[in-house]
Amino acid sequence: MKLKKNIATSEAGFVFNPGTGDSFSVNQTGAEILALIKQEVSPEEIIRILTEKFEVEADNAEKDLDDFISQLYTFNLIER
Amino acid sequence: MEKLSYERPAIRKMNAGLMNKFGARIENEPVTQIDGVPVSSLIRDFGSPLFVISEKQIRSNIQNAIRIFRTRYPLVQFAWSYKTNYLDAVCRIFHQEGSWAEVVSGFEYDKALANNVPGNRIIFNGPDKSGEDLLKAAKNNSLIHIDHLDELLMLIDIAGVHGLKPRVAIRVNMDTGIFPKWDRFGFNLENGQAWSAITRIMNDKNLQLSGLHCHIGTFVLSPSAYSAAALKLSELARDIKNKYGKAIEYLDLGGGFPSNNRLKGVYMPGSDTVPSLDQYADAITSALLGFGYRQDELPLLILETGRALIDDAGYLLGTVLTNKRLSDGRRATILDFGVNILFTSLWYDHKISPAQDSVQMTEDMVLYGPLCMNIDVIREGINMPVLEKGNHVVVHKVGAYNMTQWMQFITFRPNVVLVDSNMRTHIIRKSETIETVTMNESVPEQLKGKSS
Repeated sequence: MKLKKNIATSEAGFVFNPGTGDSFSVNQTGAEILALIKQEVSPEEIIRILTEKFEVEADNAEKDLDDFISQLYTFNLIER
Repeated sequence: MEKLSYERPAIRKMNAGLMNKFGARIENEPVTQIDGVPVSSLIRDFGSPLFVISEKQIRSNIQNAIRIFRTRYPLVQFAWSYKTNYLDAVCRIFHQEGSWAEVVSGFEYDKALANNVPGNRIIFNGPDKSGEDLLKAAKNNSLIHIDHLDELLMLIDIAGVHGLKPRVAIRVNMDTGIFPKWDRFGFNLENGQAWSAITRIMNDKNLQLSGLHCHIGTFVLSPSAYSAAALKLSELARDIKNKYGKAIEYLDLGGGFPSNNRLKGVYMPGSDTVPSLDQYADAITSALLGFGYRQDELPLLILETGRALIDDAGYLLGTVLTNKRLSDGRRATILDFGVNILFTSLWYDHKISPAQDSVQMTEDMVLYGPLCMNIDVIREGINMPVLEKGNHVVVHKVGAYNMTQWMQFITFRPNVVLVDSNMRTHIIRKSETIETVTMNESVPEQLKGKSS
């Protein structure tokens, strides 16, 4: 799983796909996850990082990450 | 290091489309209590899903309706439409407020009697009255609204055989300028069938023609249609007076007033599109008062309003089972109640509120019921805060028809609770059990015993 080429992300949570012209906004947690995906960090590792940094149980972090990633696929922002 | 507070990751596509000039407000304020009773304690004590009915709201609705009509017209009588919600507790609240009963079957008729409604305050409508039903209604001096010629002939026979003088009206259908025209019930005015039926009644020595009835449709959004109906019934009453010298005692304009629910396909919420009860009252009473009745012959105006008096007194509480992401990216939230108990979700885009404080971030989602059926969709598209497993929701304005048209399917129908005017809760219909469902079944002898 990696971010598609040319996808521009900002720390403030702005995402732009120059291929389609679509732009997106993500919240802070979403921005953190996108940054980790950009570094090709595995989902298991992302969950670990989230639970260390935030007040969240691993189960909930996993459910939310799963849902978030499925949206990134739908929006054509990541590829396997 | 102290951990940061967590917010679930969210991404939203930014659309630079045209501005929406209507700017419909999205109402996602949590609804945490009903008439002062917390939703969480209702679900804890009575289970989920759960229908909740507000006694206070019912009383306020009927009192308000009576005030609206009686301040415009001196003789008004409401009759509670049993088919809209015939839970005994609900009917009895309406009867305590002075409503008669309007029934459409022998079953409903017996229910009204059991609710201590005097026979002469029961209006018997509908196309399916048996000979036994008609005899009982005639003996009780009820108002029998004849639907078709076979029923009229049957009643003439019954009255003759038993020496009864039943009080009757005919149901008249007519063109009031709305679509669809409800011409399948009663006798048509324009093609002369209504007048033929009246002639038949007036020529019978037993039947007493007391009134004229119509019921022009359901969820009728045009007050002027009622004005047309009141006028046409008045003209018919005048013709009867002229020909037979008989003054009609009452005109029953039926029901059909809408509630504030939003019909599917309508963009704006019901509160913006549905005329107020005052507008219907104006339309009807202006037509009657302007018609030219003699003061001592003004007919009693009967109204069989159902939906508009009960819808907003009913709530359905439910619980989120899970969430999914659909193939097109939409969020799907699965609730523990389906279209079988929320029958009106097939007609309306019900307002649904979260029942707890939630994150500010909202998302477009589909709300599904729990039935293993693809048609089990509660809302096809709604913008709500993301709900998690175990969260509760409140569906608004479900008081009409759901508790009469609901279907037992796959699982049991839930408890119905009344919150009374003193914030006390009462179960007014218990949830079903396996015994409720199987009590009328029987197994042939050869099928008893162990399965192989």
